[in-house]
Amino acid sequence: MTAILTNLFDGVAYGMLLFVLACGLAVTLGLMNFVNLAHGAFAMAGGYVCMVLVNRMGWPFFAALPLAFVSSAAIGIALERTLYRHLYTRSHLDQVLFTIGLTFMSVAAVDYIQGSSRVFINLPAALQGQFDVFGVGIGRYRLMIIVICGLLTIGLQMVLAKTRFGSRLRAAVDDPRAASGLGINVPQVFAFTFAFGCGLAGLGGALSAEILGLDPYFPLKFMIYFLIVVTVGGSSSITGPFLASLLLGIGDVAGKYYVPKMGPFVIYTMMIVILIWRPNGLFGRTAAR
Amino acid sequence: MFERKIFSRTAAVAAIAGLAAVAPAKAEDTVKVGLILPMTGGQASTGKQIENAVKLYMQQKGDTVAGKKVEIILKDDAAIPDKTKTAAQELIVNDKVNFIAGFGVTPAALAAAPLATQAKIPEVVMAAGTSIITERSPYIVRTSFTLAQSSTIIGDWAVKNGIKKVATLTSDYAPGNDALNFFKQNFTAGGGEVVEEVKTPLQNPDFAPFLQRMKDAKPDAIFVFVPAGQGGNFMKQYAERGLDKAGIKVIGPGDVTDDDLLNNMGDAVLGTVTAHLYSAAHPSTMNKDFVAAYKKAYGNRPGFMAVSGYDGIHLIYEALKKTGGDTNGDKLIEAMKGQKWESPRGPISIDPETRDIVQNIYIRKVEKVDGELYNVEFATFEAVKDLGKTKK
Repeated sequence: MTAILTNLFDGVAYGMLLFVLACGLAVTLGLMNFVNLAHGAFAMAGGYVCMVLVNRMGWPFFAALPLAFVSSAAIGIALERTLYRHLYTRSHLDQVLFTIGLTFMSVAAVDYIQGSSRVFINLPAALQGQFDVFGVGIGRYRLMIIVICGLLTIGLQMVLAKTRFGSRLRAAVDDPRAASGLGINVPQVFAFTFAFGCGLAGLGGALSAEILGLDPYFPLKFMIYFLIVVTVGGSSSITGPFLASLLLGIGDVAGKYYVPKMGPFVIYTMMIVILIWRPNGLFGRTAAR
Repeated sequence: MFERKIFSRTAAVAAIAGLAAVAPAKAEDTVKVGLILPMTGGQASTGKQIENAVKLYMQQKGDTVAGKKVEIILKDDAAIPDKTKTAAQELIVNDKVNFIAGFGVTPAALAAAPLATQAKIPEVVMAAGTSIITERSPYIVRTSFTLAQSSTIIGDWAVKNGIKKVATLTSDYAPGNDALNFFKQNFTAGGGEVVEEVKTPLQNPDFAPFLQRMKDAKPDAIFVFVPAGQGGNFMKQYAERGLDKAGIKVIGPGDVTDDDLLNNMGDAVLGTVTAHLYSAAHPSTMNKDFVAAYKKAYGNRPGFMAVSGYDGIHLIYEALKKTGGDTNGDKLIEAMKGQKWESPRGPISIDPETRDIVQNIYIRKVEKVDGELYNVEFATFEAVKDLGKTKK
């Protein structure tokens, strides 16, 4: 029984992490209809910024996390204004070619600057180890991930559903022409959203260094996972990717624990089954755009 | 017009004659070593260490041996076998190298094997560790190690030191399977029991569920083989999950506590017992000098890959000395067989029958020395041959 709960806990933490990493991709892909395969590169940038601040400059971990967000967002907005913007109206193939090229460049750049070996972020002692709650092992670091990511999710949902910016964004996505006719500055809304998605990826990258490992190949290694989250969850809201992340996280952890021989395939099997059952993802709109 | 033509023809003839006169003389004076290493990609740290060590050796010993100038031509294969093959081909056909050397991973070493046989030039394996490699060509010699060497020894050591139940966690590829099988063979022969066996995918993002399974199996120790780069991640999660506090030790071949990364793994790694060929803390004078020189030149500690590269280039030098500078491949291989020398890792030799390395395997425990983490050797198994060769 306790093993089940421990696995559930680990799975939720893993899923939450996947969500923060991938939700920016869900936004750009689903809301802005732009295929950004370089999403992982922003996550990696955040991870490395956090690592440099904490390990080399002695910043406290919790102070470095927001900066990981800010720096990835800043890189995001700079690239959006200079490069991405020109590709919004191009075909998906062009977008894929461009962003995959960007990914390779980021891999090479980080390899050159930081070396190819895996790096770790020095954590405060308070985040290390595990404590027991009625025999269920709770990892402190994973608990922190659940708390941070949980709050973020609630916050995001509130912003999208309740605020003026949220409604502008939804309007801009649904019909950009009508939205701009109503006086909404569509490019600005998109730029801001894109930057925010990149920032979230950066935060996710910083958080995941401890669990997934951070090295220059991060964007390539985890691109598949991000895409699975988005395809399974459907990309028309953030609830979809959120539930998909949880499902995949728990499925992956449980699969590796209970059937270690099959473990690595569980996540792919789930994706195939779900996509056969619902080709537009769990929460996709029935009519594809 | 006519005159000019004659002139140009003479010039051309003279040029060709000149080339013919220069080229063979040059080839006689230099010995070319094609070094094929993963300088980019996930295995880049292996390539970097070997390159550093080879350079260091040539700085220390000079770049001439037996009257020949040694020239290194470095090619990056990113540990992808297809690229290794192309690189080896280019080196052999275009650059006319006298040796090919390096090879970060087993598939790379295997890809180059048929080319070494065809070209009749020695292939010096400086990293890859699967047993079968030297059987693939009569021109292959190895200066690194085989996983059978360290895995059988740690299996023997474990049963003799009160470890009865072991859970294994190994990466699911050739070296991982070698490590697992040889460990199991010796460990169960001695009366030990393997209670849980998990193979992790090579590209493994998260060890947590596997480790939880290990923890619930309540073994005395976990036998671990993961490629060098993943050791740090494994150790962190091992500690996070409290396996150290549950009294479950980590044992294995020394890849998991590679000197290259050991210092960043944190205190959870303290007390890990591994069997391996080299520790930067090996107490010989030769090793102290080697570590000091390496640190001075490159700013970090040499690992077992660096030593394998250092010994590999040494073997090439010694073979050339023995043949008196003759670069005939058969003569060089003959000269390499049975070579014995003192390496920073201790006394080593090349088995004349298998062309594989014979070396001491040390049992080491991770301890803190002067504030840094080191693998401190406390027992030695002398002159261990590779036990993984195909039974004849």
